[in-house]
Amino acid sequence: MGKADSSKKTILLLAAAVIIYALIRTLEAAEFINPYWQRVIDQALITTMGALGLSIIYGFTGQFSLGHAAFFGLGAYASGVFDKTVGHGALPMFLLSLLIGAAVAGLMALIIGLPILRLRSDYLGIATLGFGIIVKVGMDNSSKFLPILGGATGMSGTPQVANFDWVFWFTLLVIVLVRNFVFSTYGRACTSVREDEIAADVMGINTTRIKVIAFVLGCALAGLAGGMYAHRYPFLHPSSFDFLKSFDFLLVVVLGGLGSMTGTVVTAIAWVFVLEGLRMVLGEAFIDFRGVIYALILIVAIILRPQGIFGGKELGFLVPKPMGSQAGGKGGVNAGTGA
Amino acid sequence: MDHLIVDQIINGLQLGFMYALIALGYTMVYGVVKLINFAHGDVFMVGAFVGYFGFSQWGLPFPVAVLTAMAVCSILGVTIERIAYRPLRYAPKIAALISALGVSLFLEYFGSLKFVFGPNYRVVQRPFEEVQYHLAGITVTNIQIIVFITVLIMLAGLQFLIYRTKIGMAMRTVAVDHNASRLMGVNVDNTISVTFAIGSAFAAAGGVLYAIAYPQIHPFMGIMPGLKAFTAAVLGGIGIIPGAVLGAIIMGQVETLTSAFLSSQARDAIAFGILILVLLIRPTGILGRTEPEKV
Repeated sequence: MGKADSSKKTILLLAAAVIIYALIRTLEAAEFINPYWQRVIDQALITTMGALGLSIIYGFTGQFSLGHAAFFGLGAYASGVFDKTVGHGALPMFLLSLLIGAAVAGLMALIIGLPILRLRSDYLGIATLGFGIIVKVGMDNSSKFLPILGGATGMSGTPQVANFDWVFWFTLLVIVLVRNFVFSTYGRACTSVREDEIAADVMGINTTRIKVIAFVLGCALAGLAGGMYAHRYPFLHPSSFDFLKSFDFLLVVVLGGLGSMTGTVVTAIAWVFVLEGLRMVLGEAFIDFRGVIYALILIVAIILRPQGIFGGKELGFLVPKPMGSQAGGKGGVNAGTGA
Repeated sequence: MDHLIVDQIINGLQLGFMYALIALGYTMVYGVVKLINFAHGDVFMVGAFVGYFGFSQWGLPFPVAVLTAMAVCSILGVTIERIAYRPLRYAPKIAALISALGVSLFLEYFGSLKFVFGPNYRVVQRPFEEVQYHLAGITVTNIQIIVFITVLIMLAGLQFLIYRTKIGMAMRTVAVDHNASRLMGVNVDNTISVTFAIGSAFAAAGGVLYAIAYPQIHPFMGIMPGLKAFTAAVLGGIGIIPGAVLGAIIMGQVETLTSAFLSSQARDAIAFGILILVLLIRPTGILGRTEPEKV
């Protein structure tokens, strides 16, 4: 029963995606969505991919990371440089460069994660924050080692081959990947580490290994999102990847509700639209108030919903199997290859 | 060369002492409510602005301007706690942290509005001239002497307050356990408010001193010093008051010596690199105690 149910849910998810895709495409063709809003939509989807990575790390595994934007940036630069110098925007090279972005971010996550994931809660947060700042300093001074990276003046020249289609279907791919991971044996182990590390350890889960797997996978997704970003927006600048950007990912994951993919996806998209919507609603005269209102929305939202908008719940078709049935199964095998 | 090193160590001490004033607020607040108060760096910024307006536009004498800034920021700190953190005190810790981020952004953007502080850099006209003293080849400025004396007096005052007064005792009990403190007749809400007031006043004093030592202020000036001071608090062991001072002095030295003898751009990277290394060796900071985990 579990398997049939699972594939039915997947079909439902795909059907929903096709409908949304068709809707956006139609609106675009009817010139209801102009290129500006198209960019906003793409930005929202790219943020979703990165935020889902943090959702695995923090939402599902409970490892507090304040350096997510660093991995996003590493992926963007790695992918951008590769395509700029070697790929020149050819399709296979574009896909390869996305993989490279994810791989570089994942590898860095492995190197830094192995030692620092021993730290707990706030100490881990501050160590990852520190790592993020080190990466930012590295990017600012990168032109000293590799002039092509541009250093503090930023880097341009990545082929702009990522359009809405690519961004949309990759986002869907990431959603399915994360869903399969979360409901796999590994995903269950992640949740148990989040709930109680000692209990998980006693149950025979190698907690260090699980934490590193979650961290590497989450950061690789950030790197993938970064690679997409590099191919969608022509200019990469170190200040786009500083710790304030890490906070953006964090607040999306927390406002959505820890341990809810639905929450992360909905909040990531809603948050980007709120920001852009404010720009439109306020107009030229009150544009200075944008930051103030943004901050107030954040404070009011978290006070009203401290557990997040979705509070750990999922929309039906993101749950492949009913809770309480046999955990594990096929999802784990598929997800394992993603890292 | 030797004099140069000594001069730089004195500069580093000046920076470290200012970080210490900010770090104390972080560490005290963390002690009583276990919250990384990200808005603290912005309270420091407000303090710098109020002090600047005090001595340059309202014509207050410098010490009065410092006290005004401290008073204004105490009220600000207590208000922030009341509005943004108290409703979330027993919610998941991350909720209050996000709220703190919101308050931080609010203070920065509100401060940037034209009718508040304005978005631009302001050059601070010092209320007195900078004077250099040369003692045995070592250069000390009157600003450094003011910073050292003010900070040492404030540290002594804090030490007295925490270990010799009733409210200090209340703060120490609340840091251990809210419910047990309540059972012992401690007013937890008031104690937390007082902690925020003192922490914010210290940040304000730090802000004014910072404004006269590095005479340029703007609404986003609190971010980096706030982050560094917080790092200093973690480095020393967060929640532990001597740890904050120790961590701040180390941060000040690392930063000044790196920019003087290595590269000013690598400054932040090396400071945070040292933080990560220290945490790997002592996961709860230099003076932090690792408590055995209970199941």
